[in-house]
Formats: sequence, C-alpha cells, structure tokens
Amino acid sequence: MSAVSEAVTSSAMRSREATVRRFALTDTIFRTATRLSAILVLVILGGVAISLFAGSWEALSKFGFSFLTTESWNPVTENFGALAPIYGTVVTSAIAIIIAVPIGIGIAIFLTELCPRPLRRPIGIAVELLAGIPSIIYGIWGLFVFAPFLQTTIQPFVIWLFKGIPGLNNLFAGPPYGIGLLTSSLILAIMVLPFITSITKDVFDTVPAVLKESAYGIGCTTWEVTRRVTIPYTRIGIMGGVMLGLGRALGETMAVTFVIGNAHRISASLFAPGTTISATIANEFTEADGDLYTSSLVSLGLILFIITFIILAIARYMLMRIDARTGA
Amino acid sequence: MSTSLALHNSRKRKNGVMMTLCVIAAGIGLAWLALILGALLYKGLSGLSLSVFTQMTPPPGDAGGLLNAIYGSIVMTIIGIVVGTPIGVLAGTYMAEYGRFSKLTTVVRFINDILLSAPSIIIGLFVYELLVRPMGHFSAIAGAVALSILVIPVVVRTTEDMLNLVPNALREAGAAIGAPRWVVIRSVAYRAALSGIVTGILLAIARISGETAPLLFTALNNQFWSSNLNAPMASLPVTIFQFALSPYEEWQQLAWTGALIITMTVLGLSVIARSLTGRREDR
Repeated sequence: MSAVSEAVTSSAMRSREATVRRFALTDTIFRTATRLSAILVLVILGGVAISLFAGSWEALSKFGFSFLTTESWNPVTENFGALAPIYGTVVTSAIAIIIAVPIGIGIAIFLTELCPRPLRRPIGIAVELLAGIPSIIYGIWGLFVFAPFLQTTIQPFVIWLFKGIPGLNNLFAGPPYGIGLLTSSLILAIMVLPFITSITKDVFDTVPAVLKESAYGIGCTTWEVTRRVTIPYTRIGIMGGVMLGLGRALGETMAVTFVIGNAHRISASLFAPGTTISATIANEFTEADGDLYTSSLVSLGLILFIITFIILAIARYMLMRIDARTGA
Repeated sequence: MSTSLALHNSRKRKNGVMMTLCVIAAGIGLAWLALILGALLYKGLSGLSLSVFTQMTPPPGDAGGLLNAIYGSIVMTIIGIVVGTPIGVLAGTYMAEYGRFSKLTTVVRFINDILLSAPSIIIGLFVYELLVRPMGHFSAIAGAVALSILVIPVVVRTTEDMLNLVPNALREAGAAIGAPRWVVIRSVAYRAALSGIVTGILLAIARISGETAPLLFTALNNQFWSSNLNAPMASLPVTIFQFALSPYEEWQQLAWTGALIITMTVLGLSVIARSLTGRREDR
C-alpha cells in the first residue's frame, strides 16, 4: 500500500521535475535569444564603424590628413579632397538650425500655452506628420516647386536688395539658379522643424505646473513665464532637441541631393550651387569607377558617421539628463 | 504710478508681440505641410490612373506605369520587416524584462538611440561593404538587409517603452501561479503591450517605405520586372529619384505620381499607428 503510494508520488515528482527542467531550459533559450538580439544592436554599430574604416583605408592612406583640407575633387586625375562637401554640409545644417530653432520653439510655446485644448492634438499630429514625410518628397517638391519660386521671386529681390552692401553682396551674389546652398538650407529647416518642435514640446510638458502657476500668481505674463521659468527649466532638453535636429540635418541625403546643385566648389555666395557629404555619396557612388574613387566616397561616409555620432551622442546625453531629473 | 502703468503696458505689449510670433510660427509649420501636400495632390493626381499600377516603368519618352517599382518596394519592405521585427522585439524584451537594470541595457539603449537617427546613407554604405562588395553585384537581398537595419532601432525603442508601461503587478500575478518567466513575458507582458508594439512596427514600415538613400547602392534599380532576390530590383523611391532628375516629361509625371503614392501610404500608416496608441492613452 505504502509502496504503491510512494511509487505514485515519486513518478509525480519525476514528471514535475522534468516539467520544471523543461521550463528552465526554454526560459534560458528565450533569455539568451533576447540577450543576443540586444547585443546585435551593438554589433551593428560596431560593424558600421569597422566597415567604413576598412572601406576608406585606401583613400585615407593615400591622401592622409590633406583629404580633409583639399577642395579639389577630380575623378579623372584621381585627386580627391573632402573640403567642399564638408563645407556644404556644415553651412547648410547651420543655417537650417538657425531658421528652425526659433520657429520650432515658437510652435512648442503655441502648443503648450496658447492653443485651445481641442486643437492641440490635431495640430501636434500635423506637425509630426511633417516628420513622417519621406525626404525624397521634400526633394521633388523642392526641385519642382520651391526652387523655381525662389529663382523667380525671392532671389532676384534679395540680390537687388544687398547689391550695394559690402559683405552681404558677396553672400547673396547672383545669378539666381534657384537651387543651391540656401535652398537646401531652407528645405532642411522644414525637415528638422518637427523634430525640434516635438522634443521641445515634450520637455515643456515636464515643467511642474506649480512652478508656472507660482510665476503666474505673482503676475507674470505668458511670455515672462515662458522666458523666465519654462525655458531655463528645460534648457538642457531643448539643447538636446536642437542637437538631434542638427544630427538629422547633417545626414539628410535625398532632399539635399535634389536641390543643392552638386558642384564641388566652395563659393562665398549662398545662392551658388554646392554639395554636401551625403549628396556627393548619393550622386556618385554607383558611377564611381576605380577603387580609389569608391574609397574616397566611403571616406566621406566615415567623416559623416563620426560627425553625426558625436552630435547625436551629445544630444542623447542631454536628453537622458532631463529624463533622469523628471524620473521618467 | 504712471511709470508702473507704463511698465505694465510695455510688458503686456511685449507679451502680445511674442505670443503673436508664436502663433505665426505655428501657422508657418502648418502652411508648409499644406503647401507640400497641395503640390503633391495637384501634380500627382493628374497622373494617377490604373495603368500606373499595371504597367512597367517605361523607357524615356514613353508612357508606362510603376508596377515593377511598387512590387520591388513591397517585397523589400516585407523582407526588411520580417527580418528586423523579431530582432527588435527580442532586444526590446531583454531591455525591459530580463535586463531592465543591467549595464548592457543602458549601453544598448544609448547606441540604439544613435542608430535611430543615424543617416540612412551610412547604413547603405555599410551594407554595400558587407554584402554587395563580397557578392560582387547589387541585389534585392542587400536592399532588404539595409532596410531591416533601419527597422531594428525603431522596433527596439517602442517595444522597450511599451513593455516598461506594463504594470509589474501583472507579471507578479503570472509568476505567482508558477508560470516561468518567458511564459509570463509571452502571455502577459506581450499581450498587454501588443498595441504599442504593433504601433512600433507600423512606424517602422512607414519609415522604410520612403527610404531612398540606403537602396541606392544596395538594391540599385531595375528598368524591368524582376522577382529575383539575387538581382538588382526597382523600388518606388529610387525610381522617383531617377525619374524626377530626368529631362523627360513622362518620367517626371510618373515621379510625382509615385511620390503621391508613397506619401499617402506613409501618412496613412502613421495615422493608423497614432490612433492605436491614442486609444491606449484614453483607456
């Protein structure tokens, strides 16, 4: 009798042990799979860095540091320098940020302080839809609609306006092509606007209501509350958003490729065609014949990768600090 | 008294000016959206007809459609999503469930956020070095891999965020009835976070279906119908790029029509994704 019950118990124990072991095994497998996937994210970024270094080795070892300081880009004589694309990238991104930051912050203030509540969500969504439009759409719109508009109306006027003013007359010198550095900057400004807006709005929302209410309570106007309370409180977050937008602008490819004009030279005039790192790669990579040419283009990619990595790392660091403060 | 009144008025004036500027800024933002969508509808609709979806991309100067480009885009997007989504969901699961407080998670989150905004043309160069150069030719597979690399960070981010929103009491309830961790994750956490994870996948589809730069030198382009994954394949964005910059009117018209199709797809996906999470917030 007792022997039978013992046998039953021990068989139940065995099957229970087997089940537990099976559970433990599948859990280990699943856990390992998730861990490996997480590590894969790191591997991808490492792989990007390694492959870009490997691909650019030929050009970098031939040209050395002068690759960064040479303006010439000549596929026939196989003499390549990155100065013109770097210049174009930096100038277009900088102008884009200068235009987009005040507008972006303005929209964020509008959405958090002024906008009637029922309109808040639709307008917020509309601005975020701007971020969702693929960059090639901005490119085709810029080339066929925006550039001709600038060419026939704005640019001749601006050239005429600054004709007699030293300095500015070089910056805005003709002829008005429509396409060029300034057109690219304007398109980039439109493209980074939603990123800056949505992040600024998010960090504005982290300001404790008590802070703002106490400022209103001592009689501050909306602008004074924004200027003296909201913006100082969220400064790091706004900077993070601006850096994130800058990262986007630096790496933006298709929209710029359409409207920059693809000229490998550095001109004083913002109306002149130029090129950026990403536009050069997009335009010339499939046509590049010869290993040195390809390798030079990959070197451009490496430079872009390093610049954007640094900018984005700073941006993320700043946004992490805001998150840590709010405990989100 | 009069000075304080003057101060009061000047403060009010300043406030009025700044707030007006903010309204104008919002107006500018909305006006751009309207201008771009208006131009797209105006130029794209006139070329929209059934033949766009039934005919191949034409040689210069001929009428035709975008069938092979649409097909290529769909195929590469599907492969990109099928490859990228599981990896992204699993990685996000590790970060939110097994390793929520581990150092690896902090590092992966940081790197993933950088990958999320990294220039997509860099990913194109990476896949070129990784696949195209060793294989010796452009291929649809390479394009799909490039797209899947763009999918991963989007899905990782939303999966982690959404799993973090699942209340721990739910997990504890699962654990208390003896369910092993992975069963808790699968049947409790995933189920609770499902709409959020689906949103992430939709956003990833929206992101990659308009991507051009990573396809330029991975999948290249193809004038003809091709379903061979080991050969160059046309895609809608690359075709638009080629056609828009050409001097031929028929090609430019097709580029506008293609642009309209892509934009409507992308905007439609974002609106659906948003309505999914919107319902979530209301609940």
